[in-house]
Amino acid sequence: MTQLWDFSGGIHPDENKHLSTTRPIDTSSLPDRLILPLQQHIGVPAEACVAVGDRVLKGQVVATVPDTVGVPVHASTSGTIEAISMHPVPHPSGMSDLCITLVPDGLDEWTNRDAIADYHSMNRDTILERIRHFGVAGLGGAGFPTNIKLRPPKDRKVNTLILNGAECEPYITADDMTMRERADEIVSGLRIIAWILRPERCVIAIEDNKPEAIEAVKKATENTQTEVVVIPTKYPSGGEKQLIQILTGMEVPSGGIPADIGVMCQNTGTAIAVSRAIHQGEPLISRVVTITGRAVTNPGTYDVLLGTPIEHLLAQAGLDRRQLDRLILGGPMMGYTLETPDIPVVKTTNCVIAATAEELPAPPPEQPCIRCGMCAEACPMELLPQQLFWHSKAGELEKAEHLNLFDCIECGACSYVCPSSIPLVQYYRAAKGEIRVQQAEHLKADRARERFEARQARLEREQQEKEQRKKDRAKAAAEAQAKKQTEAEKAEAEGQPADDRAAKSTLVEEALARKRAKAEAAATKTTNDAAQPEAAPPDIDALEKQLSQATAKLNTMQSMLEDAQAENADNVEKLERAVAKNHDRVERAEKALAEARN
Amino acid sequence: MWTSILIAVVVLLVLAVVFGGLLGFASERFKVEGNPLVEQIDSMLPQTQCGQCGFPGCRPYAESIANGDAINKCPPGGETTIKALADLLDIEPQPLDAEHGVEQAKRVAVIREDECIGCTKCIQACPVDAILGAAKQMHTVIESECTGCDLCLDPCPVDCIDMITIEPDIRNWTWTPPKSGIIATDRAGAGA
Repeated sequence: MTQLWDFSGGIHPDENKHLSTTRPIDTSSLPDRLILPLQQHIGVPAEACVAVGDRVLKGQVVATVPDTVGVPVHASTSGTIEAISMHPVPHPSGMSDLCITLVPDGLDEWTNRDAIADYHSMNRDTILERIRHFGVAGLGGAGFPTNIKLRPPKDRKVNTLILNGAECEPYITADDMTMRERADEIVSGLRIIAWILRPERCVIAIEDNKPEAIEAVKKATENTQTEVVVIPTKYPSGGEKQLIQILTGMEVPSGGIPADIGVMCQNTGTAIAVSRAIHQGEPLISRVVTITGRAVTNPGTYDVLLGTPIEHLLAQAGLDRRQLDRLILGGPMMGYTLETPDIPVVKTTNCVIAATAEELPAPPPEQPCIRCGMCAEACPMELLPQQLFWHSKAGELEKAEHLNLFDCIECGACSYVCPSSIPLVQYYRAAKGEIRVQQAEHLKADRARERFEARQARLEREQQEKEQRKKDRAKAAAEAQAKKQTEAEKAEAEGQPADDRAAKSTLVEEALARKRAKAEAAATKTTNDAAQPEAAPPDIDALEKQLSQATAKLNTMQSMLEDAQAENADNVEKLERAVAKNHDRVERAEKALAEARN
Repeated sequence: MWTSILIAVVVLLVLAVVFGGLLGFASERFKVEGNPLVEQIDSMLPQTQCGQCGFPGCRPYAESIANGDAINKCPPGGETTIKALADLLDIEPQPLDAEHGVEQAKRVAVIREDECIGCTKCIQACPVDAILGAAKQMHTVIESECTGCDLCLDPCPVDCIDMITIEPDIRNWTWTPPKSGIIATDRAGAGA
């Protein structure tokens, strides 16, 4: 008998599992439309690689993820792509996300399936890549890509591999029914995972409330080294950290992963998906879903193609709309209320509860905390739910974080036991969200500050460079000036105009001097011209000639005057003036001649 | 008797000189550059660099707060920032000074790209270099880097920049705290 440990806290809610275990897994009928959300797990969303109107085959990749953190999406059956649009997806917000709508053609025609006959002879990385390529993600809860989980950090060795078949949450029976009917496939998947990880110990853990499943798995693991461990029924023993504690007595460190203590948990359904990807070459396109609750007449488990609307499943299970009070996706402890049944089954959908009003009544109103401490007793993570509640409610997020708010697994045990019916988990979720938002804002603010400071530094640098250039220019000019000065001085010392500028200025001065000289010359010339008759040596012959001419003219004029006086003509006055003029001329000529002769 | 007094005085003097020297050395040797309080205040401000507080950026305002300025001049930070600053400085939180603006939901600038004339005016105005473009080329806002400061709106000569409020989507959605206020005895009344 394997030694078992216990984890603190935990609760024993009504199981209600018998509702859906009365009949074997049923295969769901083909719906009119399959809705394939592009983001089905943590990480980056996939990108559609088909176009509207394309015909796709069953198992064909319809959306790929460029990054390694993510797995592709496959067509669940053959048909035509009708739309790539926003559609409500399974999310507590009730919001829409990008989905591919596939209209099945009913032929269910497979694409090529290449099974691997002997994976032992292959490289482990090739197998891991195949697991990713075949869309395998954890079917237990968060839907973490399995290939990444199967590649623990290099310095961590996985000693214990745990296959989680605890399924502790009330109502859910998907894993139970899978183990009962498909134990062989689970073991075959476990073998592949064990081959990849090479652990020392393989454990399949099942709660003791599933005797049929225990029986089936024990039978399938006969003559293997795999241990089938029956654990006591207690919620939340199926929680990864709790299960590890039960089986190994070790606690996963706060903020760490199970691989830190050499343990890894995988869901039984994931093992089947791995087995099918390797042995049958089939991608993850269907999963087992429990449809239960007292508002359906025929509750049970169904093998459902991914993308099948929940509405379709509910109709198949015989939903009584008058009875239906609310729809819950997941279990009653950790699930959330659906606003519309028009959402698809995805890789992480394990249960839909169509509850009547009596079955899961609306929670009674919150009453003041009476400090009874029952929440602390129930908490499987040994946290202080009461303190966390006070701090979360008061917005003292730092204090809540200091009390390890992020170690809360949101199992709901505290809310379940609270006598004041305080929705504690809702406060924690809100506080976690608020802290994440603040962290994101802080990161963004830091980046903005860096960018702002970088910009300021750049502007300052540019300004400085500008000033530097200005200074450099001024400096260069001053240097050139100084150089010329010294050269000029040198030239002066050598007695020759070595400088262009000096030469030029002398040239200019010379030109100016020439001009001045010219101007002076012109001036003297004019004065000389004026002074010529006086200064020139008197030409007596010319003067004599001038005198004789003037005398002759005077004589002519006098005779003309006499004639005019005689005839009493009109021009007597004119002639008299002309005679007088000529008379002056004769006198001037005589005078000049006399002076010349002197 | 006088000797003992003298000894005591000398001893105290020597001690004073030794410790004085030690303190003086430490104050020089371990001198903190800048005001560490300014750093702390600056890290609480939202770094939108919007200048709504009247200072050219968050850091100058942080310096001013460290010198005793009011802590309620930051509309983008809003109530949360005021509360955090009040906690840090150990003073009473005051309501946001409406003179500097009102608290708004987070927004980002979006350029209507077909209307952009490529004048680069908004690029020069952006305090965090979140606008990409070149002269006579279309500009666009790097949404993840935009702080929603509005500073690019005014310089735009063709008014082609819109401030878009960030709508919650499935990826940034978070749980909301439960609504309380009804006690058990109110329930019948509330249901009716």
